[in-house]
Amino acid sequence: MQEILKLDRVSKAYGSLTVTDDLSLSLGAGEALGVIGPNGAGKSTMFNIIAGGVRPDKGQVYYRGTDVTGAKAARRCRMGIGRSYQIPHPFAGMTVYENLLVGAAFGDDMPRGEGFAHAAHVLEQTGLIDKANVRAGTLTLLERKRLEMARALATRPKLLLLDEIAGGLTEHECNDLVATIKAIHASGVSIIWIEHIVHALLEVVDRLIVINFGAKIAEGDPHEVMNSAEVRQIYMGLEADG
Amino acid sequence: MSERYQVHRSTRASRVAMSLFALVVLALAAAPWWAGRGDLRMLVEIFTYVGLAQMWGLLAGYGGLVSIGQQAFVGLGGYMLFALATFAGVPPLAALLLAGLIAALIAIPTALVAFRLQGAYFAIGTWVIAEVFRLGFAQASALGGGSGMSLPAGIVRDIAASAPAREALIYWLALGLALAAIGMVYLLLRSRWGLAMTAIRDSEPASESLGVETWRTKFVVYVATAGMTGLIGALIFLQKLRISPDAAFSVSDWTALVIFIVVIGGIGSIEGPIIGTIVFFALRELAADWGAWYMILLGGIAVATMLVAPRGIWGVISERWDLQLFPVRRRLVVTGAKADARA
Repeated sequence: MQEILKLDRVSKAYGSLTVTDDLSLSLGAGEALGVIGPNGAGKSTMFNIIAGGVRPDKGQVYYRGTDVTGAKAARRCRMGIGRSYQIPHPFAGMTVYENLLVGAAFGDDMPRGEGFAHAAHVLEQTGLIDKANVRAGTLTLLERKRLEMARALATRPKLLLLDEIAGGLTEHECNDLVATIKAIHASGVSIIWIEHIVHALLEVVDRLIVINFGAKIAEGDPHEVMNSAEVRQIYMGLEADG
Repeated sequence: MSERYQVHRSTRASRVAMSLFALVVLALAAAPWWAGRGDLRMLVEIFTYVGLAQMWGLLAGYGGLVSIGQQAFVGLGGYMLFALATFAGVPPLAALLLAGLIAALIAIPTALVAFRLQGAYFAIGTWVIAEVFRLGFAQASALGGGSGMSLPAGIVRDIAASAPAREALIYWLALGLALAAIGMVYLLLRSRWGLAMTAIRDSEPASESLGVETWRTKFVVYVATAGMTGLIGALIFLQKLRISPDAAFSVSDWTALVIFIVVIGGIGSIEGPIIGTIVFFALRELAADWGAWYMILLGGIAVATMLVAPRGIWGVISERWDLQLFPVRRRLVVTGAKADARA
């Protein structure tokens, strides 16, 4: 399997607080990777390092064989890395549809007509079509999270980074979301998904890693990892709501 | 599949508004035949403020670049007009265009300096740059130093044969520039750049993550607004026929009042600066004789607006009725049955 992403011994600290600690990671093209770990473990920082929002102090980020450690977020997006934010950053004054058009126009340099159609298609795919002409600022938190994913998809990513998008959903909504992500994965998009809702994660991912204190403490087959002693210890509290 | 989607810009409200707007523009274009000289002068002032407010609104409302140094480009435009017309013998109207161009060119190195600063530091930095311009021009003895200069009578006659003809010409130029400023914002917002700018207005990190080059977008906005601001500045002093560093680089006349207008009217829209200008001139007519109380009134209104309705008069109206008079939004219309759309 061809490698789409590689983190090579990446570290990042804010003052004396190490948020990413000598982290290495490899992702094959078309693979879906799950990431779990306690709050504050450095999962979102890892996404920032992959997508370009944060530059690591040490280590390298490779995307499809190219060293992108110094590349800006905008360039990485155009190269095919699409991300959602854990705390949604909607373009509140624009409509939902226009939010997606930004991604289509700049993330993938789609010509106008194609961008218009693609963004509409993604709205249908993510169940936001009824909200197309609504200002994003009026969306509920759950809709905003869905918009995060939709906007990333509008850029036509090859690697999709999803950051806690299943929290707070009803069982039915969660099943819909899992089906959507499975379909995206089946279309050949590589996925890294950070999620506390472990049962949703396990339905999609091929491999699971556990991060704690910025370091990778377990990795492997999702079910084996979930049953390992280390994870059980960390997740005693979280498993109950997961 | 794509033919099931259509993207519409205009709404019924916007079509009505645009028709009314066209009628108002026609009536205003005929003003030299129906308005007195005093009224014309006031309209010129209104038009220049509409233009300046559109530019500041574009810069701060979309680019997120809260500059309090736009007087740098007003003054620069004015001085370049005087210098080109007086010393290089450039015809006044050509000098006007050149002055705008020079302002845009000077904005390039200015941006490279000012863009190193963020937020409040950027605001103060732009002000400092404008002060440097003012002090610099005050040193230029060829341009009259600190006391400034007048446009030589021969050049004034070059503009138009008689005083009424000159005033009518300046009136049309001012109207044209106000429309050009509105048109520039309108066309920018409808274009790909508009998507990028509106996105930056709402969230800079998310814009970056979606592939928008935020630095480059802001840079283009800054240089373009500087050029138009310089052009308007040149016209302001072409009307006044006299320029001095204190008048040309006045922070209160060319930036503070403009900010007042945009804040009152509504930031981040085309409608806001127009409404704000009308409100400002109405207040000025009403309260200009009140002396210091007039300024206190303006300040009080601005503070109250920011507290009660941070998006200004137009922000309240557009939110309440979901209204947009200038059709810059892209609405998705799905034709065909919704049932198979969801399947």
